[in-house]
Amino acid sequence: MDQLLFAVSTIIVGVFGCVAYFYFSNILLDRIYPASGPNAGANINKSTAIRPWLFVLPALLVLTMYLVYPVVSTFFLSMRDTRGAFIGVDNYTWLAGDEKFRESLGNNLLWLVIVPAASTFFGLVAAGLTDRIKWGSIAQSLIFMPMAISFVGASVIWKFIYDYRGENQGEQIGLLNAIVEAMGGTAQTWITLPFWNNIFLMVILIWIQTGFAMVILSAALKGISEETIEAAYLDGATALQIFFKIKIPQIWGTIAVVWTTITVTVLKVFDIVFAMTNGQWGSQVLANLMYDWMFRGSPDFGRGSAIVMVIMLLVTPVMIWNISNAHKENR
Amino acid sequence: MEMAGTKSRLTWAVNLAVGFLVLLWIIPTFGLLVSSFRDRDAISTSGWWTALSASERNVIVRADAPDNAAPDGAGWVLSGSVFEGGSGNVTAFGIASRAPEAFAPGEVATHPKGHQITVEANGDYRIAYSEQPSGSRGQRLFVRAETPPGFTLDNYREVLFAEGMGKALLNTLTVTIPATIIPILVAAFAAYALAWMEMPGRALLIAGIVGLLVVPLQVAFIPLLKLHNNIGIGKGYIGIWLAHTGFGLPLAVFLLRNYMAGLPGEIIESARVDGASDFAIFRKIILPLSFPALASFAIFQFLWVWNDLLVAKVFLGTGEDQVVMTGRIVDLLGSRGGDWEILAASAFVSIAVPIAVFFSLQRYLVRGLLAGSVKGG
Repeated sequence: MDQLLFAVSTIIVGVFGCVAYFYFSNILLDRIYPASGPNAGANINKSTAIRPWLFVLPALLVLTMYLVYPVVSTFFLSMRDTRGAFIGVDNYTWLAGDEKFRESLGNNLLWLVIVPAASTFFGLVAAGLTDRIKWGSIAQSLIFMPMAISFVGASVIWKFIYDYRGENQGEQIGLLNAIVEAMGGTAQTWITLPFWNNIFLMVILIWIQTGFAMVILSAALKGISEETIEAAYLDGATALQIFFKIKIPQIWGTIAVVWTTITVTVLKVFDIVFAMTNGQWGSQVLANLMYDWMFRGSPDFGRGSAIVMVIMLLVTPVMIWNISNAHKENR
Repeated sequence: MEMAGTKSRLTWAVNLAVGFLVLLWIIPTFGLLVSSFRDRDAISTSGWWTALSASERNVIVRADAPDNAAPDGAGWVLSGSVFEGGSGNVTAFGIASRAPEAFAPGEVATHPKGHQITVEANGDYRIAYSEQPSGSRGQRLFVRAETPPGFTLDNYREVLFAEGMGKALLNTLTVTIPATIIPILVAAFAAYALAWMEMPGRALLIAGIVGLLVVPLQVAFIPLLKLHNNIGIGKGYIGIWLAHTGFGLPLAVFLLRNYMAGLPGEIIESARVDGASDFAIFRKIILPLSFPALASFAIFQFLWVWNDLLVAKVFLGTGEDQVVMTGRIVDLLGSRGGDWEILAASAFVSIAVPIAVFFSLQRYLVRGLLAGSVKGG
């Protein structure tokens, strides 16, 4: 209980601290440059120039310390060895030759292609179908629900699906193997099956992300102007034709946004792999490899940092695309 | 004109397809829910789907030793139950392995040695001997029994009180509450300034925040761990609160700024003309109007922090007083992968809270998602 008290008092201190900062810094500013007296005009100009910075200062400080500084720092760390000596790009050349790194990069690229594609596809199908029926919103919230579940929780859930019992261990308790056996196939240890285990891990993330894609695409579909649909309908287009030739072309922008958002999630995927295989059996990914190098028996922060920089590099195109989009919006 | 027949057939197909999709999506979670209420043996010997209906199985039990037979009228009788404390429904029984289902419940089976055996539907058996029997090995009874689906709350009891998950739940709460509330306030002020106050470099700041949205968290681990050690925070709650605040801020500022920028400018202008200070405008106009956006972000951040494993593993210690639920479940997965009942109940405890939040506040979550990704980012 002491601990919760600690948490609650932190909230109070934090919240009051914030409010006090904003309140008193504003008052202080008004005292220094009073909006009356001989220099009222000049004072008002000065205080209007300074005040916004008072408002953004705490956020800027935290962002700088917790995101900007680490990017720079990690970059420099990636060029040091375990003792902190500068070794240039050695960590990167080592990475290029490391078997595990190549495996991780390959797997990450595979994740990068399959997960966003499948999630967007299923999301689109779900959005298109649920829009047409009465209980659509209930169906949507059930498909959307996995979004609320942690990757760890999802891993446990799917363990009950992928579980394998050997020949003498009684009946299958994993749903997938039970189905496979019921259809006359042979049960498999899905999680250790080289290459294919990657796909089975991806299924978990697709299961989670489809709801996200569906919600956003569904909103976009609703935003399409009725006129174009009606016109196509009157020209005799079928429901499928309307969906693929009229609706989809109008929401390309949203599809791209969904795709890239899931891409970023995929690049950082860690929990699922960590919980299901911990990178064994050829299922390693970059984020888990980095964690490995950071916390193994003899940590190598240099190599860990180099792996992070690779992830950072892969995210950069999305970052640039996002910034240019936001810039267009705000113009 | 479209024909009525094809239209209704199409509607049928759509309904069916959606039903299938929904089923596919909820079955995994449903399986976990069912499993979490089954006892250890049941989980590890049969699939969770078998728990939904009464299961029939063949069991072999040994009746009481003939030495214990009691005199009864002219003969001697042994009685007891084949379920030994449990319950069930006998559909057939037998007395030899060659014909394990030879008799219906209530029928009398005569053993080659002369004694007569009956098993009732409720599992009670009665063996009648004409002379006093002897021996310590009881008669073998082959029973085909239907056992009703058995569910138990024991797993939850054990998980919450014996396995330390209760403590982990408390730890998760300790991490989550401040890490959800503190960034909101910091972000709200910044968002207001970026939306409604004139400042040089505003566009640049906004672009920077959009860029930070996608920075992989992994970047922060090594430098911040070093920093925390240097300034004496080390691994602990203060460190993780700060870290989550930092990681949540880009989305918070982005969402709130987008929302605030969409508020009607006339209200703010007229308040300014009336002489209200920016602080007053923020407190009296902007904050109340921005409630939906604040709620969206709060839900995001709550779900994210509650479900997080990685940040907790990096910034918290490994002691009992700091391990969060996700961390403990991962430990269970690794070290005690066979304890399915513990695993299932633990996982369900940890996902119950976010699911409850999700279903009660879904509206805000959806709104936040739309604001966060359709617009700009």
